[in-house]
Amino acid sequence: MAKDGIGASVLRKEDRRFTTGQGTYTDDVNRPGQLHAVFVRSPHAHATIKSVDLTAARAMPGVVAIHTGEELAEGGINNLICGWGITSKDGTPMKMGPYPPLAIGKVRFVGQPVLAVVAESRGQAEDAAHAVEVDYDILPSVTRLADALNPDAPAVHHFEADGAVWEHGQPPKNLIFDWELGDAKATDQAFAKAKHVVKIDVVNNRTVPSAMEARAVVAEYASAGEHFTLWNTTQNPHLLRVVLSAFINVAPEHKLRIIAPDVGGGFGSKIFTYSEEVVCLWSAKATGRPVKWASSRSEAFLTDAHGRDHITTAEMAFDENHKMLGLKVDTIANLGAYMSLFASLIPTYLYGPLLSGQYAIPAIHCNVRAVYTNTVPVDAVRGAGRPEATYVLERLIETAARELGVDRAELRRKNFVRTFPYQTPVLWQYDSGDYDGLLDSVLAKADWNGFPARKAESAKRGKLRGIGLSCYIEACGVAPSSAVGGALGCGVGMWEMAEIKVNPVGTVEVFVGTLGHGQGHETTYAQIAADRFGIPIDSISVIEGDTDKVQQGMGSYGSRTAGNGTSAVSKALDKVEAKAKKIAAHLLEASEDDIKIEDGNFVIAGTDKKLTLTEVALAAYAFHKLPTDIEPGLDEKAYFDPVNLTYPAGAFVCEVEVDPATGTTEIVNFTAVDDFGNVINPMIVEGQVHGGVIHGIGQALLEEVVYDPDSGQLMTGSYNDYCMPRADNLPTNFELAFQVTPSPSNPLGVKGCGEAGAIGAPPAIINAITDAIGTNDLQMPATAEKVWRALQGVSAKNAA
Amino acid sequence: MTTVAMTVNGKAVSVDSEDRALLVEVLREKLNLTGTHVGCDTSQCGACVVLVDGVAVKSCTMLAAQADGSTVETIESLAKNGELHPMQVAFNENHGLQCGFCTPGMIMTAVDMVRRRGKTLDDTTIRHELEGNICRCTGYVNIVKAIKAGAARM
Ligand code: FES
Ligand code: FES
Repeated sequence: MAKDGIGASVLRKEDRRFTTGQGTYTDDVNRPGQLHAVFVRSPHAHATIKSVDLTAARAMPGVVAIHTGEELAEGGINNLICGWGITSKDGTPMKMGPYPPLAIGKVRFVGQPVLAVVAESRGQAEDAAHAVEVDYDILPSVTRLADALNPDAPAVHHFEADGAVWEHGQPPKNLIFDWELGDAKATDQAFAKAKHVVKIDVVNNRTVPSAMEARAVVAEYASAGEHFTLWNTTQNPHLLRVVLSAFINVAPEHKLRIIAPDVGGGFGSKIFTYSEEVVCLWSAKATGRPVKWASSRSEAFLTDAHGRDHITTAEMAFDENHKMLGLKVDTIANLGAYMSLFASLIPTYLYGPLLSGQYAIPAIHCNVRAVYTNTVPVDAVRGAGRPEATYVLERLIETAARELGVDRAELRRKNFVRTFPYQTPVLWQYDSGDYDGLLDSVLAKADWNGFPARKAESAKRGKLRGIGLSCYIEACGVAPSSAVGGALGCGVGMWEMAEIKVNPVGTVEVFVGTLGHGQGHETTYAQIAADRFGIPIDSISVIEGDTDKVQQGMGSYGSRTAGNGTSAVSKALDKVEAKAKKIAAHLLEASEDDIKIEDGNFVIAGTDKKLTLTEVALAAYAFHKLPTDIEPGLDEKAYFDPVNLTYPAGAFVCEVEVDPATGTTEIVNFTAVDDFGNVINPMIVEGQVHGGVIHGIGQALLEEVVYDPDSGQLMTGSYNDYCMPRADNLPTNFELAFQVTPSPSNPLGVKGCGEAGAIGAPPAIINAITDAIGTNDLQMPATAEKVWRALQGVSAKNAA
Repeated sequence: MTTVAMTVNGKAVSVDSEDRALLVEVLREKLNLTGTHVGCDTSQCGACVVLVDGVAVKSCTMLAAQADGSTVETIESLAKNGELHPMQVAFNENHGLQCGFCTPGMIMTAVDMVRRRGKTLDDTTIRHELEGNICRCTGYVNIVKAIKAGAARM
């Protein structure tokens, strides 16, 4: 193995440009003659646009163009789309409300783009945007999930009356789909024979993704070749290109180059196609000049797709031995005012199939009603569906242990899946895992048995100490394409592509269709190539994020890079290796089978005859000495379509101290043991877990999107009002460990790690706080106020 | 329009800018020093931290005109002759960055922290001092480690 190879904590190649300020993010890109776009956004949650007066704005200095929704529609620009079709249980398709890039006739959430003002400078565009007069007729709005299905709630979209009577007894106003997964009858039967049934109501709080780099666009049009170039903060340039061309019709695919330069985090928000990309491309052609838009943070709060926002009732049936018999889950999911690109996928196939967790549950039924509200569209945020499922399940099990009076760890252990592959009753088939190992390890590392002593010690200081556990499962890289594209409704394939080019001088370029936006791809992929050829990592370059250089790709989200990206690279390396060996065999006059790679050389096994990779590459391109059955060159491309998802898993223990006087929670110990299969770069993977866990701490303790129910205004529209985790929210002690159960579903045996922390942390934290305060009645975020109020409730009950 | 004369990263510069221009806008747009980032519009995130007359300042919170006559140091000034500053090395060695967007602000804040609090920094101090810097990627664990290590080496 090369010292920079698989399994080594190699320091990141990309760091030098970031630590010296030389990263190039989209807002750092400036083109000659560039104009600036500023969007006029809806100030209302729901309103009819009565009239628009652009006279004053057009006369403002520097204004070049003002674009309207009508103008785009007349120019053949289509609506934004949701790319995953979901069918309701009555067989009807989901109801997709038309989502024009610039509003036409009506606005449905605060922040929806209505007009785009394009001017010589950003300041001038802003001034002119203020001079635009839009006359609105304000309509009643609904922003709270719990209100969306009320019969008297205002309808966000009006669909043709279909006369269907919806089984919950209400008209299907604001209902996008009513979907189910699992066997309802079998689940009812399981409940009928249950000895114990445990039930909970949980809210999964709405959050914003908040990548620190806000979204940005630079669009350019070259009239001679009718060619567009788009620099964009995207997690998936190729997918964006397909959507912009095939569906939205703003530029033809072969004449649209998309470049994702350095991307400053995404957490899901940069997967989707947004209005601003479409409008800037349109404007670049209309004005004949490059057009730039850079989101302010306020706009980010108002426009980046939000996450979570579920309310759920869940029940679990147990037999007399506390074996799980069945699980029933009924969820309402808020999708906002319009359906974003993958909105429908998140509360369905990324949610329901995860409800089996680490447990053998014979019967599961899950029902999800997705609804419209007058809020920002909701889509994937770190974990996407999987945190919601894990939160339901792990709070339910913790509650069950308390109600049944049994040990929480033992209740889980009693019900673990132990044989693989394991077919759950909710689609997915787990390929590998060792849940006992994870639990044993985390309990030992967290000194679970020593907790009572620590609790007593805290009590002496007047603090309430609690301990919580969560055992999570994740599912990464939705696969295979044949299944997800057919029955499950996905509009695209879910493979990945890589190309390996060995240059004539023996340096290596890895082109791959994923898109790193903080995960260290330039280092991780280089390690895989270094490992294969035994060459130093510095002689390898990794190229992502340019549709002109990387031929195809599906991007990075859902922790799919580990399973899919590395597999595509590995497959392309297989092809290059085979060809290089063939060339080496010819040059060394040996049989191909006798050629081995050792320390960067192609050697005839058992001899000292060898060639360096450079000599082989040079021979491949010079092509002076090779026979005609070998093609010149040494570069190969491969696609990888996974046979199954990967199933990372982990066990987290969280220990908190609550101050009963103030309700403040401090996380004193956090212990995470994760199984990500084989780990390519442990340093990078640990970093992903840190980030994910703190993201989960944010959701559990601090973060919540709040709308004013009367006006529909976003109340948490800045970092002043929306509480992001800061450095002092870190657990006092934070311990990580890995267990390795390789995935059998891909060549490197890897599973993916980017979302694990955000999935497993919230239930561990809430389970710890509810343990400390002695009530299950607590919803996220567990702010000091909420915890304090819950404590008052407990004392009142005790007094009564 | 105002003419602002400053010394930026050791060089005397004079730029014409709109009266309302913020220091960060002049640095990024007029001087092409795009290492200083903008992550918010409420002075919360710290992506824009630079040193003005040796003191850490959120450059989104200051008009360019207010920096007239000042000495400004940005992330681009830290490495000398291709040699990284100890704090830059420490961020790399401790994996103190992921997407890199918050990194320039974190490093400039760290340099200022050492100036004010000395080279021996404990975790609690560093966590507290980072109140004005937000990172969504790293969970701060390795940023704290990096600052501790970098401080010791400065
Ligand atoms: S950009 Fe200056 S604090 Fe956020
Ligand atoms: S490294 Fe991405 S925000 Fe800090």
